[in-house]
Amino acid sequence: MHFEDYEVIIGLEVHAELATKTKAFCGCSTEFGSDVNTQCCPICTAMPGSLPVLNKKVVEYAIKTGLATSCEITRYGKQDRKNYYYPDLPKAYQISQFDMPLCVGGYVDINKDDGKKRIGITRIHIEEDAGKLLHDVIPGKSLVDLNRCGVPLIEIVSEPDLRSSEEAKLYLEELKSILECLEVSDCKMQEGSLRCDVNVSVRPKGQTTFNTRTEMKNLSSFSAAVRAIDFEAKRQIEATKAGEKIIQETRRWDDAKGENYAMRSKEEAQDYRYFPDPDLVPIVVSEEQIEEIRKTIPELPSAKRERFVATYGITDYEAGLISQSKPMATYFEKCVDLKETPKTVANWLLGDISKTLNEKNLEPSDISVSPEDLVALIALIDKGTISNTAGKKVLSIMFETGKTPDVIVKEEGLEQVNDGDALKAIVEEIIQNNPKSVEDYKNGKTNVIGFLVGQTMRASKGKANPQMLSPMIKEILDNM
Amino acid sequence: MKITKDEVKYVANLARLNLTEAEAERLQTEMADIIAFADTLSNLDTEGIEPTNHAIRVENVLREDENRPSYDRDALLNCAPAKQAGCYSVPKVVE
Repeated sequence: MHFEDYEVIIGLEVHAELATKTKAFCGCSTEFGSDVNTQCCPICTAMPGSLPVLNKKVVEYAIKTGLATSCEITRYGKQDRKNYYYPDLPKAYQISQFDMPLCVGGYVDINKDDGKKRIGITRIHIEEDAGKLLHDVIPGKSLVDLNRCGVPLIEIVSEPDLRSSEEAKLYLEELKSILECLEVSDCKMQEGSLRCDVNVSVRPKGQTTFNTRTEMKNLSSFSAAVRAIDFEAKRQIEATKAGEKIIQETRRWDDAKGENYAMRSKEEAQDYRYFPDPDLVPIVVSEEQIEEIRKTIPELPSAKRERFVATYGITDYEAGLISQSKPMATYFEKCVDLKETPKTVANWLLGDISKTLNEKNLEPSDISVSPEDLVALIALIDKGTISNTAGKKVLSIMFETGKTPDVIVKEEGLEQVNDGDALKAIVEEIIQNNPKSVEDYKNGKTNVIGFLVGQTMRASKGKANPQMLSPMIKEILDNM
Repeated sequence: MKITKDEVKYVANLARLNLTEAEAERLQTEMADIIAFADTLSNLDTEGIEPTNHAIRVENVLREDENRPSYDRDALLNCAPAKQAGCYSVPKVVE
């Protein structure tokens, strides 16, 4: 959304749950979906006298993300207590990093229609997640599940460089693909592995200073972030035009209603009283460690995108979509390694396969058709054994049943009819049944051929070879 | 060091403590005393001593990312004043 005389300023704080086996400060499992309160111990439930010990992988993953986003690794990290009362936080403080984060000053490039734009990253720090509150189980009560309590997070804070909800979405998508590629987070939105807080302010175009901003916390999908930003920008512009003052506050976004509202001043009263956690000692990172971690960084999505265009001759748009998802990029390259034409693979991946994933609400990692089977399917179409239309049907059966394409083609009787005489018999019958079309053709309406091809395909249940039909129909009509 | 009654009430609210007027008054003096006591540290000569974030000179106390068994749920829940359906139970926190 764009606003005529105003510019929108957006900064994002992205929280990504790290893909560690265990929590940040204890050995409890981080696995999602287990029975409530079964992944807890005295440390993550804040029993008096228990002591946290930091998980090595948390430091490694934060630094890995920092290196992949061109941050400076500070080499000295301190952990602080952020104090606040809420039932999902049994210690009444969250272990976070206040003034000495592990990474500072990086950037991520986003690809806009009119070119690249660089979005600054202020800092990346480590912290722990809170538990989960279940409000609707028992009337008048909130139930607390502490399985998620203590699961490690990184918080990635952007500079206020974003100027529209579209840019914010591109930035979030790029960040997600980087995190997935690094395998530091599974980024499963529906499981809350990736969440963001948005900071929004507006100013008249041309003004260089920033106005007062507001914050909306804990948006759990990119589309919710986009809607929240647009709503808040519009609200601030209208308020400003009406001469009202924007106050710095946290507003709660209600995605179902599509609007936000100010929280009661008491519940948003924030005084976190940060101080160094005396239970945790400083994290000192050596040059060798940083170099070791650097070696584990794979080819990043942006580099992959450029390579796909240069090596495989697919368009930048196609390469962008494929490289954004690591599982899809890997799938694509496996098919190409099996000697399939890159362009054809790209068409299937971005066409029918993506469509099926969307319909079933699946991620690219869930593609149940193996690259080998997809390549075999494409080969059946190339050889003329089945039509392209039948191919689409075979693919959807492959998704459902996991059977190989040749088995499906046999079972469903989808072999394309390439036999001229057999086709001719069907075509003649169709023409006989459509005298109006014949008349139209004689009157110069040649587009009836398309209609007759369609009728023939239907009569043959999609098995006729469409390439053979047009010339055949034309010939018969011309000789009538 | 002087502590106002409002400051006492502010800190009490952050700690979710309900204080009577009499308690707030008593704590006004006690908090001032505690802060004054801690402030004696300011009298130390720290010239030439490097600032530090931690009292002991230890760095990088880290553990491997290896699972350890979690606790028995009932054992943990039994430490709480109220439980229900395998969860800690608290007064409803959203309106």
